[in-house]
Amino acid sequence: MRQRGMRWILPGAVLFLTAAVIAAIISGSAGIPLRRIFSVIAGGNTTPEYSILIDIRLPRIILGFAVGGALSVAGVILQGMFRNPLVEPYTLGMPGGAALGAALCIILKLQDIFPAIVLPVSGFIGSCLVILPLYFVNMRRNVVRMQGILLTGVMTSFISTSLVVLILAIAKTEEVHSIVFWIMGSLEEPSWALIIIIGITAVLGLFLSYLMASVLNALSLGEEEAIHLGINTERTKKQLFILASLLTGISVSLTGIIGFVGLIVPHFVRIMTGYDHRKLIVISFLTGAGFLIFCDTIARTAFAPVELPVGVITGILGGSIFIYILSRRHLSGRTDGAL
Amino acid sequence: MIEIKGLSCGYGEKLVLKDIDLSIETGQFFGIIGPNGSGKTTMLKAVTRLMHIVKGEIFLDGADMKHLRANDIARSLAVVSQTTPSLPMTVREFVLLGRIPYYKKLQFFETHNDNSIAERAMELTGIIHLKDALMSEMSAGEVQLAFIARGLAQEPKVLLLDEPTSHLDITHQVGILDLVRRLNRQEGLTVVIILHDLNLASEYCDTIALIDNGRVKKCGQPSEVLNYKIIEEVYKTVVIVRESPLSGKPFLLIVSEEVKEKCQKES
Repeated sequence: MRQRGMRWILPGAVLFLTAAVIAAIISGSAGIPLRRIFSVIAGGNTTPEYSILIDIRLPRIILGFAVGGALSVAGVILQGMFRNPLVEPYTLGMPGGAALGAALCIILKLQDIFPAIVLPVSGFIGSCLVILPLYFVNMRRNVVRMQGILLTGVMTSFISTSLVVLILAIAKTEEVHSIVFWIMGSLEEPSWALIIIIGITAVLGLFLSYLMASVLNALSLGEEEAIHLGINTERTKKQLFILASLLTGISVSLTGIIGFVGLIVPHFVRIMTGYDHRKLIVISFLTGAGFLIFCDTIARTAFAPVELPVGVITGILGGSIFIYILSRRHLSGRTDGAL
Repeated sequence: MIEIKGLSCGYGEKLVLKDIDLSIETGQFFGIIGPNGSGKTTMLKAVTRLMHIVKGEIFLDGADMKHLRANDIARSLAVVSQTTPSLPMTVREFVLLGRIPYYKKLQFFETHNDNSIAERAMELTGIIHLKDALMSEMSAGEVQLAFIARGLAQEPKVLLLDEPTSHLDITHQVGILDLVRRLNRQEGLTVVIILHDLNLASEYCDTIALIDNGRVKKCGQPSEVLNYKIIEEVYKTVVIVRESPLSGKPFLLIVSEEVKEKCQKES
């Protein structure tokens, strides 16, 4: 079954992404039909429809593409190197750190000084501050202890989440509102500079992780086997760890906590492509990008004019689709592929 | 081919191997035997760089392994370990992983050459008909053959095997050892093999090293090593050693406690 469907997977993923982008362009409170898109864009910067497309919908689509892709690739990398299907980008505790950074920044009123970029920057600093001790605590004689990283990650996650709750407890009502709003995650981002940065980072991350694809294939057999195949596992683990952290950190600090993408997309794609990371990385990026754009479209149109947090949609939609697929596979007697 | 000089290594403070000296010649079928916990697997791990070496050197083809690159080592040394992967990976994909040491920078897909080497490895090991089967759905014997095929895909000079026949029935035990022997004789592959079963070691190996408590107790031809005095001393078990009527190699019979007591009473 896997072999037969293989050649349709890449076109399928591209098609899914295209469909998600088109749906995101045409849906919204100001309905712009598909056939009018080109005339609106060609019309230039005069109509309100033009500014809705270029200034409101396009940034969200680019951000959804970059963050969805980056989180999915980070998930593929981490699940591959930890050989654990339950690991996801957020397991390392970066969202907690980013939330802590953003919350501190809100109660210290730093965003009044540099409104546009201070929240993302403090979020990024927060997630870096969480990941660095994780890295150095688990380095022994130049050897990275993988299980240690997981455990420390979960623990730092608890600590930073508790600190965020502490801040929430002592903050003023309107500050609590902005902190919670930040944590819930949203693809709304006014700064084009940041959107371009994350777009480039995501595509660069995709490229770099593709360079590591065959190494990840070997690592998924286990570290010892990878060494037998002539791979410098210590160096590779560090590179992969930094790459996954960078992709996660930059996503989280820009959009807040959008869960489930980095966990569910790699799982879902692995069921279709098998273990091979050369396929897994690319297809996961495309699928994750499409999935997040699609969820964001639902989030802003389902109960318009109220916008739902996109993390709610990714959780509900992703979780249900995933359970459905697992139960179908269970019924048909196939047990492999979950890892 | 492999020269181990004054090797000591261990886990933390405790030394598992103490001052090991061994020399494995090109083209040899070299067996390593010894009781559980004697350091056989540790020695293999030291050779494959999974263990930190405390003291001593290991030379591969005359070169100190410390100074060799991981990639170059993997091109001349293939390992068949005890681990069983249960990945949803086809046999062909698994065997092709053995070509990774030959990948150039920026090479993502296997070349035509890689594919034909993998095919040949599967033909030699007799699993070509299983190439599209999933590793997770194969029997223990077939998985072991796939491991050997992956090792052959590395086009190594030396094949290291860590108890390739444990958990297998005698059909598969003999099948795998016959295969390795054939590769040794026809392809000129140097074989280093850890075996638990002393009779299999005796039947197949040219040279046997008996490891006891982290030291080489005895190294030589099967008839020199599998002497009942040495075996009883190392394994603390009473055995009877006879000669195989066909191969002339020694074989061991174990004696149960009940029989032992009965014999002592009668005498």
